[in-house]
Formats: sequence, C-alpha cells, structure tokens
Amino acid sequence: MTLFYVFAGVAVVTSLLVIAQRNPIYSVLLLVASFGALSGLYVLLDAPFVAAIQIIIYAGAIMVLFLFVVMLLNAPHEDTEYDERTHPLARPGPTRAGSLLAVALVVELVWALTRAGEAPSPFPEAGLSSIAAIGRALFTEYAFPFEVTSILILVAMVGAVVLARRDERARK
Amino acid sequence: MPTLTDYLVLSALLFSIGATGVFVRRNLITILLSIEIMLNAVNLTFVAFGRALGEVDGQIIVFFVITVAAAEAAVGLAIVIALFRHRESLNPDSFTMLKW
Repeated sequence: MTLFYVFAGVAVVTSLLVIAQRNPIYSVLLLVASFGALSGLYVLLDAPFVAAIQIIIYAGAIMVLFLFVVMLLNAPHEDTEYDERTHPLARPGPTRAGSLLAVALVVELVWALTRAGEAPSPFPEAGLSSIAAIGRALFTEYAFPFEVTSILILVAMVGAVVLARRDERARK
Repeated sequence: MPTLTDYLVLSALLFSIGATGVFVRRNLITILLSIEIMLNAVNLTFVAFGRALGEVDGQIIVFFVITVAAAEAAVGLAIVIALFRHRESLNPDSFTMLKW
C-alpha cells in the first residue's frame, strides 16, 4: 500500500525532473531512477520478469547507450545564449503551443479516467504470472512475433552502424 | 491495496509528463528521453491490465515494447550523432532543410 505510493511518487518526481533538467546527463541519470521505481511497481504487480528486464535492458543497456551518446557529443547545454538564460520549461513562443497541447492531454486523460465506469475492483488474489508461463506463451503462441523481433534488432543494428559511420567518400 | 485505477492514473501522469517533454523541450536527447518515459507509462498500463485480467499477455507485449524501444534508441541516437556532425547542434529548430 505505502510501497505503491513511494514508488509512484519517485517515478513521477524523477520523470518531472528529467524534462526540467538543462543538462542531459542529469536527465539520463534521473530517468534511470525513474525506471528503478517502475521496476518496483512491476514487482508489486506480481511481474518479476518484467521488473528484471526493465532493470537489465532499460536501465542497463538503453540508458548506458544514451549516456554514451551524451558524453560523445559533449554538448551538455543548449546552444544559444538565449537558451542559457531561460529555463527550458519557462520559454515563450513555440513552447506555449506545446504547453497547451500537454495541458489538453492531461485534461483528456483525467476526463477519460473519471468517466471510466464502474468502481475499481481490487486485483484478483492469485497472480499466475510465473516466468514459466511467460516462456511457454512466448515460444508457442507468440513464436512468430518473437522471431520477427530478432530481425528488427538486426536491422536496427545495421541501421545504427550505417547512420553513425563517417562518410568516407565525403572526406576524400 | 492499490487498485487498477491507481495504476492507470499513475500511467496517465507519466505519459503526460513524457508528452510535455516532447512538446516543450528543444533538445534532441531530452526529446528521446521523453519518448522513453511515454513508452514506460504504456508498459505500466499493460502490466496492470494483465494483472487485473490474470493473464501473461500483458507482460509479453511489454517484452516486445522494450525490444522495439531498444531498436528505436539505437537508430534514434545514431541519427542524433549524424545530425550533430552536420550542424554542431542538438536543437531541432536548426534542422529545417526539409521545411518549405
């Protein structure tokens, strides 16, 4: 009960700080904290498999990739002097339209959730989400999407290498 | 005991925070991070509904979402590196060549 609110609070606060930070390195590290809190929520939801891959793949692999690129580009701050002076969340101009859209989204989501119908039911007692059940479903019912995933990863890997490579012809 | 609605409200909050980041921030890396926040909000919804329905399908979809997110991060960051080489900037407003 209290654990839910602790994890939820940590997730929301760190996510807010992610988009309020000037320095992308802090944003990435705060997002890792947010993912840790979400992982705790997955444990509360009786989903230890998702909690584990959340930590290993998201916080471990993807965020390290982000951190690596932030440090490789070595551009921690926004580039113009105007950007240096104003806080990213407190800028006029195009930001206003974006804030309006964001507020509209929040209003819509709250409206949808309050109109969601019958009273919320507590979760059923016995969760059946054992890792064995996930593995069985993954390799029988979802075998085809699983194999397609491997092709997706291969394509992404080749694409990333091609995109990030220096163009040799342009340098000659 | 937190109910399904609590998880959905939390997920909606996180999704809105991520969307706000995409709309408001002018830094390519932060925008990609905001997209990750939104993907995680959706994952939370999937797991919560899977728990409420007593099925594992929600967790399997989360597995696929995380895989796609990894591919997206790899390709997206490669594009960011290529763009930074051209313009020495991470501000999306400086990439307007395709704008008419």
